[in-house]
Amino acid sequence: MMSSENEFSQRFEITGGDFSNAGRTSTSIKEILKEIGIDSSIIIRASIASYEAEMNVVMYAQRGVLTLNITPEKLHLRLEDEGSGIENIGLAMQEGFSTATDEMREMGFGAGMGLPNIKKNADKFEISSTPGKGTSLDIIFCLNKTERK
Amino acid sequence: MSQYFHSIRIDAEKCNGRMKCLRVCPTQAIRVKGGKAAIIEEKCIDCGECITVCPHNAILPLTDPFGELSKFRHTIALPSPALYAQFGREILPEKILSGIKKLGFDDAFDLALTCGEVSFAIQEYLREYKGPRPLISNACPAVVRLVQVKYPELIDQIIPVEPPRELAAREIKKKKSKQLKLDEKDIGTFYLTPCPVKMISIKQPAEKGKSYLDGAISISDIYGPLLSALEGTEKGSYRKALENICILGVGWAMDGGICRTLRLKNSLAVSGLADILKVFDDIERGNLRNIDFIEAYSCRQGCVGGSLTVENVYISYNKILKLIETLEYEQIKACPDIREVRKLYGQKYFFIKGKFEPRPLTPLDKDLAKAIKKRKEKEEIFESLPKIDCGACGAPTCIAFAEDVVRGDAELTDCIFNLPQKFKELSQEFSELLEEPALHSHTKSGAKKISKKGKAKK
Repeated sequence: MMSSENEFSQRFEITGGDFSNAGRTSTSIKEILKEIGIDSSIIIRASIASYEAEMNVVMYAQRGVLTLNITPEKLHLRLEDEGSGIENIGLAMQEGFSTATDEMREMGFGAGMGLPNIKKNADKFEISSTPGKGTSLDIIFCLNKTERK
Repeated sequence: MSQYFHSIRIDAEKCNGRMKCLRVCPTQAIRVKGGKAAIIEEKCIDCGECITVCPHNAILPLTDPFGELSKFRHTIALPSPALYAQFGREILPEKILSGIKKLGFDDAFDLALTCGEVSFAIQEYLREYKGPRPLISNACPAVVRLVQVKYPELIDQIIPVEPPRELAAREIKKKKSKQLKLDEKDIGTFYLTPCPVKMISIKQPAEKGKSYLDGAISISDIYGPLLSALEGTEKGSYRKALENICILGVGWAMDGGICRTLRLKNSLAVSGLADILKVFDDIERGNLRNIDFIEAYSCRQGCVGGSLTVENVYISYNKILKLIETLEYEQIKACPDIREVRKLYGQKYFFIKGKFEPRPLTPLDKDLAKAIKKRKEKEEIFESLPKIDCGACGAPTCIAFAEDVVRGDAELTDCIFNLPQKFKELSQEFSELLEEPALHSHTKSGAKKISKKGKAKK
């Protein structure tokens, strides 16, 4: 997992439907970013994005792996999940669109802001999905001051 | 050396290194080295959890002794509303305030009324505030410090209104100096405190301004003398004494009291640092945006649970609750005039002078590349540890120990699980050394080899 000297990686496994542990991964990621001394404005954005990504796995997939990778240039969050995937990515990226159940909405989720919120907070965002198989997200934050959003 | 003033001191002579404090510290600010506990100043938020658990009373809150009073020409006591919860049902604030005057204070001021004013000011602030929610009460200085240290991103969500104790001290000094024709510095204002944290908020306010209070005396220190002073006081009319109590203000003694007496709908009350950490993690993730106001106290059940109080926390909490219920039932409204408060609010009467600034912890390294490298080392060290958080190394958890090693504050061999390995290596090196021909030059290079290897292992 850990390759070059100035690169830090960590893998986090997320279980679908495990609401009691939801949020742990993004809290751990936040702690790591603080220890490394990442700019606090980036920490806020990265925490929100990683939490939304984590919650997407908890709510819609069977399982997922979130990989955090930090180099002096960029912070990369890659999420790969096994689940139903997304039929229409364009629709899923629209604010307000959601396939959440009533129970999820009652818990305060499923407002259709997840993916758009990740995109809004990231410097670069890529999504690909195979219906019936799963979804993968690449969420990137530039640590190099000039490239920042 | 110390950048931050702390109200907690460890008496090394009394400390027996029992590590209770090590385990209970919510910010992992304690290390036990050489059998003695020590505080990492940067991480300490003065919550006082360690004071409560220390079996040897080796951790002391730094409050003021009574003698401080003689430094001033006129002294005024401002008791925390939590003091009112320390006595039986018949002993109401009026009586307590007159008892305090018998102890040598020139005056005693009922903070409950100021608390009421500040409650209204908070209501006004909630109404006009447009930024991210929820807003966080600054009544508990440990919570303000927790945000500064651990949640710097939430700093602008702390309500920048002066806490009642500060506001009251500011106003009373002005008033008394005019009345008595004294200089403001000759008037001593003393807060009767339920916890040590209020002490640092006086010595070093979170917003870097200057406190209007001159000192704090612990409720536990004043309780005994006060109880004797109250003996023999005339039993006045219960109903009449009730009529002078500001219900909004009494609420400040307990967790949830502000929300309840203001009847705030979208509010949340939380107490105890473990639960606060959970709730603040949620705020940071943007999860509680639909909540307007959070009342948080580091002590369980609020100020009545402070480590410098006397009465059992559940009994005192219940006493305040019952008092609020009685006042609600009797429809007693001894509260400040809201129109007056609004007028003062418009004149910026309630706002703190400075600004709350974050106090984030020092990262592993100033240089980003080096910090990343050190974080990796920390993970590698952690993987090699037993992960049972035994505390024998002096750090509260294995992960905290790994960080101490990376920061250069601890040695890998401080972990007792690494000792056998270390012995094994050393004995192997010695036996190798003994097997070598006992030539003069060889012995020399052999000795060198050991010290080099030993160092490299660190």
